[in-house]
Amino acid sequence: MIDRFREGVMVKPYERLDPEQVKWLDQASMSILNDPGIWCYNEKAAELFKTHGAKVWEEKDKHSICWRVSFPDGLIKEAVAQAPSRFVLGARIPENRLLLDAKVPRVYFGTGSEANIWIETQMQEFMSIEDNGIKCKVPRFKELRGNTSLLSRAARLCERLDHLDFFIRPLNIQDPEITPDNHDVNKFFASLNNITKHVQAGLTTIDGLKDVVRMGEIITGSPEALRENPVVSFITCIFKSPLQVVDDTAEKVFAIVEAGLPLVISSSPQGGSSAPIQEAGMVAQINAEILTGITLTQLIKPGFPVLYGSVPVRARLDDLHDLYGCPEFNQYNIDCAQLARFYNIPCYSTAGVGDAKVPGMQAIFEKLFTHLYMAMSGAQYVHYAFGLLDRTNSFCPVQAVLDNEQIGKIKHCLREPNVNPTAIEDMLKTVKKVMASPYRLYARHVRKAMHAGEVSSPYRFEAKGLEDKVLENALEYMDQLEQQPAAHLESAIVEKIFKEVPGILPNLKQTG
Amino acid sequence: MDNQELIEKIAFNIVQGRVEAEDEGFDEGLEGQPAVTELVNKALETGVDPKAMVIDGLTRAMEIVGEKFEREEYLIPDMLASAECVGIAMDIMSPHLLKAGVESKGKFVIATVAGDLHDIGKNIVSIMIKGAGYEVIDLGADVPTSVIVQAVKENQAPYLGLSALLTTTMRVMQEVIDKLKEEGLRDNVKVLIGGAPTSQAFVDQIGADVHCKDAFEAIDVLKTKAA
Repeated sequence: MIDRFREGVMVKPYERLDPEQVKWLDQASMSILNDPGIWCYNEKAAELFKTHGAKVWEEKDKHSICWRVSFPDGLIKEAVAQAPSRFVLGARIPENRLLLDAKVPRVYFGTGSEANIWIETQMQEFMSIEDNGIKCKVPRFKELRGNTSLLSRAARLCERLDHLDFFIRPLNIQDPEITPDNHDVNKFFASLNNITKHVQAGLTTIDGLKDVVRMGEIITGSPEALRENPVVSFITCIFKSPLQVVDDTAEKVFAIVEAGLPLVISSSPQGGSSAPIQEAGMVAQINAEILTGITLTQLIKPGFPVLYGSVPVRARLDDLHDLYGCPEFNQYNIDCAQLARFYNIPCYSTAGVGDAKVPGMQAIFEKLFTHLYMAMSGAQYVHYAFGLLDRTNSFCPVQAVLDNEQIGKIKHCLREPNVNPTAIEDMLKTVKKVMASPYRLYARHVRKAMHAGEVSSPYRFEAKGLEDKVLENALEYMDQLEQQPAAHLESAIVEKIFKEVPGILPNLKQTG
Repeated sequence: MDNQELIEKIAFNIVQGRVEAEDEGFDEGLEGQPAVTELVNKALETGVDPKAMVIDGLTRAMEIVGEKFEREEYLIPDMLASAECVGIAMDIMSPHLLKAGVESKGKFVIATVAGDLHDIGKNIVSIMIKGAGYEVIDLGADVPTSVIVQAVKENQAPYLGLSALLTTTMRVMQEVIDKLKEEGLRDNVKVLIGGAPTSQAFVDQIGADVHCKDAFEAIDVLKTKAA
């Protein structure tokens, strides 16, 4: 398909469910889609479902018209089977493209959410009141409102994070000049002009789509080149859980499918409020919702590239907010990764999100918990993995730097084992050689593996003494990364975009 | 290949950390080409001055290796590979150097003390010190105190390195020092100690001379404090 793409990490998937349990969940989802079915608030979608054999009838609702849709098993199964198992997410440079293949557990990690808050971190010096004269550095945090220049900064930093494979705009742009009408072009341009990796986001308005598509065509060179190398793709959350298709999001699905650029069909029910909290119920429901969205895309255009987007969360039982740093979150998500594999569709999954408000021990605990587990699941496209704090409400750049180190270690940890007859033969030779040498020391024979990158390094931010300097060291490292030149688009391309695509803020006009 | 080219090739292979032709180096594609063992033997056969080999080949090569380590281009295994090359070159050249009146930087007796079988750290120090041009008499691990003291006496060694990993065996170092005193050898030998549980405070407690946290510090100490 393509010869150059990001390596990701190939894992041997850990499967929580046995094949029979997968079938039970599949049947449960089909049962839900049959009875009670779904509540569809988009007429065009309801019509399309009806044309293809679904039972559709008008339902009375307080404020709007709604269609109940009951799906026969065959409709969903046949449509889902038409979705491609393998496709490419493009990038400004070929080496940064992503090859997604439902049959291949190659895992990529990237950012996610659209947080309103940017958390800036600074080390400040404090003096002990108990032991006068002893000073120590402590991190202090400041909240800033997301804007276009901070989003540009996030993209620039993410370009330099070597374990970050794709960029979903992590920050909401809230400059005074930003309106719903120019939100899409600004968030996509601020991203694309600062990162050469794949860029993905939701659409604020349908009208924004044609401008974003034009931007992509200018960057890649032509409409055909953009479809061959889709440097941008989209996310839609078509369902308001439980089981209600949202009118304007369904319209966006129609528009994006017609535009021919890849799409994530995502659903994010909350176990305990908008879905059952029990694993069987949550997974059966979210699966039903995602399959309905995928079915819609395939009825519009068979063979359209779509990702199975699962973001199942659990409710805190003290305030009913989302709770990410808990075992159930992992259980729900890994089950969904298995179901996506069952349907042969690449999986957009979730990890690295937690409840901690600032970088620190809680954040590391929660993130490691999901980063490792979801990588083990073999989900192809893991979002939310960099920099998110306070659930999905804040983006913190130094946290993204810490996550990069953690994900690097996880990718290393899950590499395929290099155990084969050739490796064994080499090692037997080495054992004999070392045992015949005066000191019987293997250190010299580490070199080949060490220089080939097969041997991992110590934690990058460790301190030498009896102190924890992780944040201080990570901030220093981030500073070095941010000093590196930005990967801006060529000036002729930027000029063309500004000429043909209206609404981009002048402060974003930076060129390579 | 003239003499100068041969010396340069020896130096290159030390930097690459290649003892024998079958070894891989730091760079790709060197396997199968003559390495330090083959080249030093060839140099001696063709009458290259062993003194020139030490100064222009071995010493210069280890300076380059040191610089690479400083720049973090090389890690410990690279340093050890190069030091091992120097040690092997010195072994091959030893009779010729004696004939040419070239002496080593001094004799260094080294051992892991009685009751302690851990020798990785001791071996690394041993390789590095040999690579730095000292004549190393390595007694191994779990060495009885009397054997250590006898080796210092027989070799009239100016340096003794003692290693221990266990808190239960480090106290044996005290016994070695007491025995050196008993034999009237203590004033003529600098005692360097190392190993995870040891410290400068322990040096002071047992009356040793220097604490070395690793092989590099041992070499520095030999250059400065213990000289």
